[in-house]
Amino acid sequence: MSMKKLLSMTIAAGALMASTALTAEARDLTVVGWGGASQEVHRNVYFKPFSEKSGEAVVEDSYNGGLAKIKAMVDTNSVTWDAVLVEAPDLLRGCENGLFEPIAWDKVGDKAEFIGPAVSECGVGSYVWSVALAYDGDALKEGPKNWADFWDVKKFPGKRGLRKGAKFNLEIALMADGVAAKDVYSVLETPEGQERAFAKLDELKEHIQWWEAGAQPPEWLASGDVVMTTAYNGRITNANKEGKNFKISWNGQIYAVDSWAVVAGSENKDKAMDFVSFASQAENQVKFPEGIPYGVTNTKAIAQIPADISADLPTDKANLENALANDTTFWIDFEQELNERFNAWAAK
Amino acid sequence: MKLQPYATMGQKVWFYTFLTIAGGGLLFLVLPILVIIPLSFNSSSFLSYPLDGFSFRWYEEVFHSEIWVRAIKNSLIIGSASAFLATVLGTLAAMGLTQANFRGKGAVNALLVSPMIVPIVISALGLYFFFAEIGLNATYTGLILAHTALGAPFVVITVTATLQGFDNSMMRAAASLGANPVTVFFSVVLPLILPGVVSGALFAFATSFDEVVVVLFSAGPEQRTLPRQMFDGIKENITPAIMAAATLLIMFALALLSVLEYLRRRSEKLNSPS
Amino acid sequence: MEQASTHTSSQSDVLPQVEDDIPLKVKLKRAERMRKYRAMALIAPLFLFILGVFAIPIAIMMWRAIDNPEVVEYLPQTAIELKNWDGQSEPTPELTAVFARDLVLAYKEKTASTVGKRLNYDVSGMRSLISRTARKFNRTQPVQATMDDFVKADKRWAQLRYWKTLKRASGSLTPFYVLNAFDMKINDEGEIASVPESQAIYSNIFWRTMWIAGVVTAASLLIGFPIAYLLANTSSKVSNLLMFCVLLPFWTSLLVRTSAWVVLLQKNGVVNSSLMGLGIIDEPLTMLFARPGVYIAFIHLLLPFVILPLYSVMKSISPAYMRAAESLGAHPAVAFVRVYLPQTLPGIGAGGILAFILAIGYYITPALIGGPQDQMLSYFIANHANSTLNWGLASALGAVLLVTTMILFTIYNRLTGASGVKMG
Repeated sequence: MSMKKLLSMTIAAGALMASTALTAEARDLTVVGWGGASQEVHRNVYFKPFSEKSGEAVVEDSYNGGLAKIKAMVDTNSVTWDAVLVEAPDLLRGCENGLFEPIAWDKVGDKAEFIGPAVSECGVGSYVWSVALAYDGDALKEGPKNWADFWDVKKFPGKRGLRKGAKFNLEIALMADGVAAKDVYSVLETPEGQERAFAKLDELKEHIQWWEAGAQPPEWLASGDVVMTTAYNGRITNANKEGKNFKISWNGQIYAVDSWAVVAGSENKDKAMDFVSFASQAENQVKFPEGIPYGVTNTKAIAQIPADISADLPTDKANLENALANDTTFWIDFEQELNERFNAWAAK
Repeated sequence: MKLQPYATMGQKVWFYTFLTIAGGGLLFLVLPILVIIPLSFNSSSFLSYPLDGFSFRWYEEVFHSEIWVRAIKNSLIIGSASAFLATVLGTLAAMGLTQANFRGKGAVNALLVSPMIVPIVISALGLYFFFAEIGLNATYTGLILAHTALGAPFVVITVTATLQGFDNSMMRAAASLGANPVTVFFSVVLPLILPGVVSGALFAFATSFDEVVVVLFSAGPEQRTLPRQMFDGIKENITPAIMAAATLLIMFALALLSVLEYLRRRSEKLNSPS
Repeated sequence: MEQASTHTSSQSDVLPQVEDDIPLKVKLKRAERMRKYRAMALIAPLFLFILGVFAIPIAIMMWRAIDNPEVVEYLPQTAIELKNWDGQSEPTPELTAVFARDLVLAYKEKTASTVGKRLNYDVSGMRSLISRTARKFNRTQPVQATMDDFVKADKRWAQLRYWKTLKRASGSLTPFYVLNAFDMKINDEGEIASVPESQAIYSNIFWRTMWIAGVVTAASLLIGFPIAYLLANTSSKVSNLLMFCVLLPFWTSLLVRTSAWVVLLQKNGVVNSSLMGLGIIDEPLTMLFARPGVYIAFIHLLLPFVILPLYSVMKSISPAYMRAAESLGAHPAVAFVRVYLPQTLPGIGAGGILAFILAIGYYITPALIGGPQDQMLSYFIANHANSTLNWGLASALGAVLLVTTMILFTIYNRLTGASGVKMG
């Protein structure tokens, strides 16, 4: 091929590429979860069936929580997410600040069918999850029993995984310091309580490896990078399906509800509401705990879950003993302040 | 590099120490890249040696997953479109820069290559704010424009280097024979500087193909590129599928390296006074 | 790698012969001018493109480091009244009245939280103070609100420092973010002072960035020097093969190399298992999410940038000098230090500064390989841009990084301009 021919072909191809890329871009419905194993289950139980039923293409994205990205999108008028799974404090705060659309409950269904924390102005609860203590049963025959053991680096030498951020860690630090689960938030509301929590975390600081994505804790347990870690319970049980022998110590677990919310100003608002409605129906929700052991929110679906699956859920009676319900109002008031303090502390 | 036959004991020790450091350094450079290739063919999901068996399953995962395929497609679209724009703009500018001297040329030159020097986080932040104002965040157009700016300096530099060996009298000869400037460019100048233009284009393509920070700031989920997909993968859950994608990118680097080497030899031959 | 060899001087080109009576000198000048214009026309498209899509956006970003729109825009009347208040005595009744009115308006427009967020950067607690007061005033709708109304809404308003904070934030421009980037602030007395030890992080981060960049630059030079020497002093066949080892990583995607290091450096990764297999260590080393991993990955990224300029300089050093020195009786080591090394200094300088410039700007690699205590300026810029959404501070830190880079680059330019070392 002559150089000239090659050249004219390249130019033509380049111009074509440029022009196709520059034509108007309509956006597909974009749903956003927390990545990894739980998103895989979401994909199989909600995304794909919804796409098949409605004929709408569904694009996925994932994130690690927080309102920042959503706020930036809304502020800069470049909304690229439609339906997002958000944590409870973020849901309420985002709703107050106009980051989420009000839910079209007439589309979703009867509010009375859902458990209490699942119903709110801007969100529909999707699942109940927990942050609990996990370790590798093959590496530790006699594992940690509670958060005080988590701090015991003499008995259990090695790194510990903790979720990066103030939330959960301050509660856990207080429980490790001997505060009973029911008193955690009343202590943490006081400056002395916060001081106490940070001081306790300071004790462990050099042994901590911070995780951000839910997939990291089981991975680090498997690779031996950490000897024990906090983790989303579902990821741990799912790793065991792949032949691991990870154990969960439910003592002092912190559970919370994640909800679907629709980002304000989304150009696919109606489609997103349809999707949220689809993902809230009992017949679809009931398949979710089979894929990953998180509780669901539609009471009709809860009634249909078999006992063997229920035993691994954070909402199981036996697992709720000495458990802590994540306090949404506390975190709305304190998240910003405590996170700033946490970040400054962690970077030093 | 040879040890002289009459070297003293000390010189010998020094010589071999030196060879060990240099050789070790070279291995340090190349081994990490080579070591990950076999891991992408591992039949189990563990990223350690010895391998559990040979399998293509991770390549199948990459090529059968909608997310990876979309990422590869996006990278190719954004890479070629921005390389095309960068090459056109960069080649023109390089010709201008080599044809005449004028006041402020140094400053102009500095501006043209500035995207190469400014730390990428700063470029990404500036573009993010700017695109937010004009509605170009989360669009292909925005990413292509950004990557064009990042890639153009490489075109300017490579083409300028080629043009410095270029004999301007050829252009004038063609012009005096009645050719118009466009014809002169396409039939006389371009064939001669083509190696430089093509290497510039490859540089620009590689720049876009490897860029992740601007994508992290400005792209939406639909514009997710291959490096962006890898970034998420490394951050969350590093699997052999990422090693498979990495291996594909290493092959790409090898191909790039060979083409550039070929072009370099070609242009050396063209410019040598034979 | 090669240096440009031939320069075609444009002045020497033959001009078409003169046919009319315009003097040759004028025609020459005209032709020269035409050439200039044509050159400028060719440069213009890219020049304008880079200006519009790159330089101006960065200039706008820098502007954000001193831009202070929140109070001026969302509490406009208050901003005016704050100027009339001396900042020492009790706030005037005019001020309290317009402030209450502005707050209610801002609450309705949902902009009160933006103002609160901005004030909270300066004094923590301002966010809740503003939002609580705005919510209460929205209910009570006080007419001509006084200090008493404010103190009733929240006791904290009795303290002058909250009003002073408001006054500090009432200009349309502010030195706040830039001072913040240097761990300083304007205190209640109106003086520039250091922030308390517990809040001071950015000068620490700046020096950490410099330190990490310095360590990896020095290490890259130490490792890169023998490699470049080997490449420059061996037969071309061998050097071509060895050059491949340098160029392959150079052209391989940054993310590929970073992911390789993540895999290699894990606790049960290839490096640890090999070292343990060889019996060098008993316990796996912690390298990932820690400083050693960051150093290793950085050195790997930077080595080619150090080796290539060193190689280009060494290639041009004639072996005759060394031979001459040795034949005159100098010990090889002395000859090396006194004769060879000085000639490579331009290469060391250029490669070292280039590596340092690149190192202070890297974001991806420390983000993926380091822990929180290994993060550098770039990480905090990205973090404030994307997570805390403190865009003023992100821009101010960006300005610090940009200015540092520019200073270093000017030095680099002097060095390479003088010695003719070239990359790539």
